Amino acid sequence: MKLGKKLGLLSGLAAGVMLAATGIAQAADPLKVGFVYVGPVGDHGWTYEHNQGRLAVEKALGDKVKTSFVESVPEGADATRVITRLASTGHGLIFTTSFGYMNPTVRVAKRFPKVKFEHATGFKRADNVATYSARFYEGRHVIGLIAGKMTKTNVLGYVASFPIPEVIRGINAVAIAARSVNPKVTVKVVWVSSWFDPGKEADAAKALVDQGADVMLQHTDSPAPVQAAERRGIWAVGQASDMKAFGPKAHLTAIIDDWAPYYVERTKAVLDGTWKSGDVWGGFKSGMVKLSSYNSAIPADVVAMAEKARKGIIDGSVHPFAGPIKDQSGKVILKAGEVMDDKTMLGMNFYVEGVEGKIPQ
Amino acid sequence: MPEWFIPFLLSVVTASTPFVFAGIGELVVEKSGVLNLGVEGMMIVGAVSAFAVGVTTGSGALAVLTGAFAGAAMALIFGVLTLYLLSNQVATGLALTLFGLGLSALMGHGMVGKTFAGLPHLEFPLLEQIPVIGPLIGTLLLGHDVLVYFSVVLMIAVGWFLNKSRAGMVLRAVGENHNAAHSIGYPVNLVRLLAVLFGGAMAGLGGAYLSLVHTPLWVENMTAGRGWIALALVVFASWRPARVFVGAYLFGGLTIMQLHAQGLGIEIPPQVLAMAPYLATILVLVIISRDSALIRLNAPACLGKSFHATG
Repeated sequence: MKLGKKLGLLSGLAAGVMLAATGIAQAADPLKVGFVYVGPVGDHGWTYEHNQGRLAVEKALGDKVKTSFVESVPEGADATRVITRLASTGHGLIFTTSFGYMNPTVRVAKRFPKVKFEHATGFKRADNVATYSARFYEGRHVIGLIAGKMTKTNVLGYVASFPIPEVIRGINAVAIAARSVNPKVTVKVVWVSSWFDPGKEADAAKALVDQGADVMLQHTDSPAPVQAAERRGIWAVGQASDMKAFGPKAHLTAIIDDWAPYYVERTKAVLDGTWKSGDVWGGFKSGMVKLSSYNSAIPADVVAMAEKARKGIIDGSVHPFAGPIKDQSGKVILKAGEVMDDKTMLGMNFYVEGVEGKIPQ
Repeated sequence: MPEWFIPFLLSVVTASTPFVFAGIGELVVEKSGVLNLGVEGMMIVGAVSAFAVGVTTGSGALAVLTGAFAGAAMALIFGVLTLYLLSNQVATGLALTLFGLGLSALMGHGMVGKTFAGLPHLEFPLLEQIPVIGPLIGTLLLGHDVLVYFSVVLMIAVGWFLNKSRAGMVLRAVGENHNAAHSIGYPVNLVRLLAVLFGGAMAGLGGAYLSLVHTPLWVENMTAGRGWIALALVVFASWRPARVFVGAYLFGGLTIMQLHAQGLGIEIPPQVLAMAPYLATILVLVIISRDSALIRLNAPACLGKSFHATG
């Protein structure tokens, strides 16, 4: 209902603007672009960055577009309702920004063939549904290297959300990179079954610290784990946006998602009539994944190593999933000299050597 | 005793305390015959107000008071609407939650990235020096922040108030049969308004505990459904303060336990573990409250009904 209210308010605003506009010359109707967010805009993580992308679209395209958003939309039936509502209220382009919106997006898209849909991090496409995601694992490779060098206890804590390939890939990327510089490292994973629950994320982080972790990594959206790390005097890596403010001493760096260029480009394509369904998976190279500034406490040689890896990923000389890769049982998944193809990475459902526990089935 | 055990117990206490406050507050409200579904909204407004005052003034006491006051202010809106303007309690309560979430997001603007030092802890260095059991006693009983002790006092005081004090009997009478209470001259709506304000203050305190102690930061929607769990606890605890307390600790304890179990590599699927606090709390509370006659006796008969004095 909060969502409905917000929408109502937005459409009310829109109506007001249109009323005002009718007095002036006949301008072309602006393209209405809708965004569906899984968390609140103020999460300072995942959703915050998507909203930055939305603002960039407004800034770049001015009165040619009219954007609106619905935040904190649960994945599932509610999402279908919200997306349908956006599609039926004249939106020409709708970004659905969480993995769990995949089936709702595809379902609604069938009913509205003229509306273009962009679904983040999913793999189901249609003529009017494109998918896009960022190669966060590239960022996780670099933070894995740093974490492997910074840990004293050789235990990395990982606060995880849901066991989907996206999250598992991140865990594995960290484990492989960390063990490449420090073979003694193990990664402990705690699943909180939520993308956003600051209290639970902090509790999970504390549990990991109690069990010996001294670098906290996370694949959930609030800054609570970074803060918990700060208070316990260990290191942490921010997620999705710069979280330094929540742990100035602990914050080693953060993986930043920059959706703005993609959102602007795709909105332009709809305006020009050149929009086509497709799949974009951008990383360091396209600027979709970035790292925030390094903590000054990281030794210079570690920073140099991290930067070398980042540049290597950009020029293609470094691949986060390069063989030999063994799974937990020691079975060779990828032979030396090979790199993993995108399809295998997208469906990743095994832990590599060095990750503790089992993937929840 | 493994090294993680004492921090584990501490985490349980901090995770459970917000439920104690919000749950016991709501219990008093429901005992007076009012159903306020706005706990989540009052909590989050309490959280953001307390955090704002804590960060600007640096005073923990002032921050806590502000949290309680803000929760009560939210409750006042609910009280006036439902008691005097006779709006539907369920709808108004839901609206209060939605309003609170939005309002807190607005109030929290600019509060980003700030942190609060935390509340003072009570220390008893001598007792903690007792060998072997000292640290355990120290952890279980001592060295918490003041609000934890207050939550225990609150549980005992509310239990006494409802069962032993005259004012508590009046409150329950109003909740059982408002017409009868009115006919013998009790100010039904005033009693209910006071109960609603108390409930709001406690929910605000629960929220303040989250933003000042549990995760001393502000992010939107940080209560993440805790108000709803507090509401459920009241019903499953069949309106008994001590059972709300037990339920809160059961829920908090199992939540923390399942996180630890995962870290220790215990092979239970985390989905099952994530479900455990909800399931176990409901189960235990249903079992200790299984006497249906007693539940009927405990459930306020006028719960959720508007009162309009006629004649």
